[in-house]
Amino acid sequence: MNIKTQALSGGFGEPVFESQGVFRMLMDGMARPGTIRTVGPDVGQPEPLGGAAGAIAVTLCDHETPVWLSAGLARSATGEWIGFHTGAPITREKAEARFAFVEAGATLASFGLFSAGTQEYPDRSTTLVIEVSALGEGQPLTLTGPGIPHATTVMVKGLPEVFPRLWADNRALFPRGVDVILTAGKKLLCLPRTVRIATQ
Amino acid sequence: MTDLATYNFAYLDEQTKRMIRRAILKAIAIPGYQVPFASREMPMPYGWGTGGVQVTAAIIGPEDVLKVIDQGADDTTNAVSIRAFFQKVANVAVTTHTKDATIIQTRHRIPEHKLAEGQILVYQVPIPEPLRFLEPRETETRKMHALEEYGLMHVKLYEDIAHNGRISKTYAYPVKVAGRYVMDPSPTPKFDNPKMHRSEALQLFGAGREKRIYAVPPYTDVVSLDFEDYPFEIQTFDKPCALCGAENVYLDEVVLDDKGGRMFVCSDTDNCEDRREHGHVGAMLAPAKEAAE
Repeated sequence: MNIKTQALSGGFGEPVFESQGVFRMLMDGMARPGTIRTVGPDVGQPEPLGGAAGAIAVTLCDHETPVWLSAGLARSATGEWIGFHTGAPITREKAEARFAFVEAGATLASFGLFSAGTQEYPDRSTTLVIEVSALGEGQPLTLTGPGIPHATTVMVKGLPEVFPRLWADNRALFPRGVDVILTAGKKLLCLPRTVRIATQ
Repeated sequence: MTDLATYNFAYLDEQTKRMIRRAILKAIAIPGYQVPFASREMPMPYGWGTGGVQVTAAIIGPEDVLKVIDQGADDTTNAVSIRAFFQKVANVAVTTHTKDATIIQTRHRIPEHKLAEGQILVYQVPIPEPLRFLEPRETETRKMHALEEYGLMHVKLYEDIAHNGRISKTYAYPVKVAGRYVMDPSPTPKFDNPKMHRSEALQLFGAGREKRIYAVPPYTDVVSLDFEDYPFEIQTFDKPCALCGAENVYLDEVVLDDKGGRMFVCSDTDNCEDRREHGHVGAMLAPAKEAAE
């Protein structure tokens, strides 16, 4: 399939109900960080965008939400696909992006250039959707914070090595900061900015 | 489902739902912070719960079971209308039983029955800004939240003590969420404040006219503001519910005649009915029962 036909295919079969289902998964995931959820519907997203990441894009993005793509995704049909299905503009400016999609294995230097919101409007921050190689196996992370009764351990494989340090810096900005959704294929794990991560 | 043809599922168009959904996700990520959102005109006036209705419409799905309460009651005008609205535009199952509901939209009460994990409580909020009556300018209150400058609120509570000998605020009693934001729990009686603390349910707040959404995730600290020597206290009632005999629940006063006759009954009608079904009888039902025997 060439880039044009890739961009035009896929999307939700039942947009109203499937987007509601994916949103509830995200909402429950944000409210209970550390729980891994599996997205049901197949949205036919182009490689290397993952299934869950594609579903998040068509659930939450529209003309009001500039989207930033990492280098690997920017080279693929992802930009056209998101544009066709959601109407979201693709931006090269990290600070403008409401959503940012990062493919697996991409280098993450810093969250600093993404919008962390302002002290008055901390909600105006970027949500990063980062693909990892697997959720539910790999490196154990201990999470604490709102939404978690005491502490919970979650396994993540392929998380960039710098992530825990970047996250600690991000946590220190509170109430400003980015929110992250880790995805692996059809699985997703939400990390709202309130979460504290300890590596073992 | 043919009745739904004239509206999108749950009334709102998909773009509006996405906008509200994005606001809800940010609200959960910043507990207690009021996220501005582009509140829509709803087919009911502002002040009738349009904020709660928009939040419910954005999150509800065909699998949900909805309960709507107004001051604790399932059978008052506001609750009946909103429940009928969602039956019509979303064709969802409805219930009056707290434990069966997945989404509970509420005006000014938290159910007596402890909420469980997986349940969502949606509050209808008239004035979301706890500092509004102390500082009318939005630019200033926003700065106060930004700087975590809540001295004014403590001064207000202190003045209450100076004037009345106690903190006289009985509803919309300010709370601090997750140790950061001071939040208005909506005009719930302060009796309900302890139920918000580390609740297993997700709590979402929608203010339609004021165009704000905020949230408290499950297992999140919600602490009522107070002083060491004047600790926070909830209302207590001298008598149990006149119908079901329940103690340690919130009671409504009902005037019976023009000679000073009155009764106190459960504000949570579902809790009261459930107790009566299980054989609990209050003082005013007991004589009737004896007479029937």
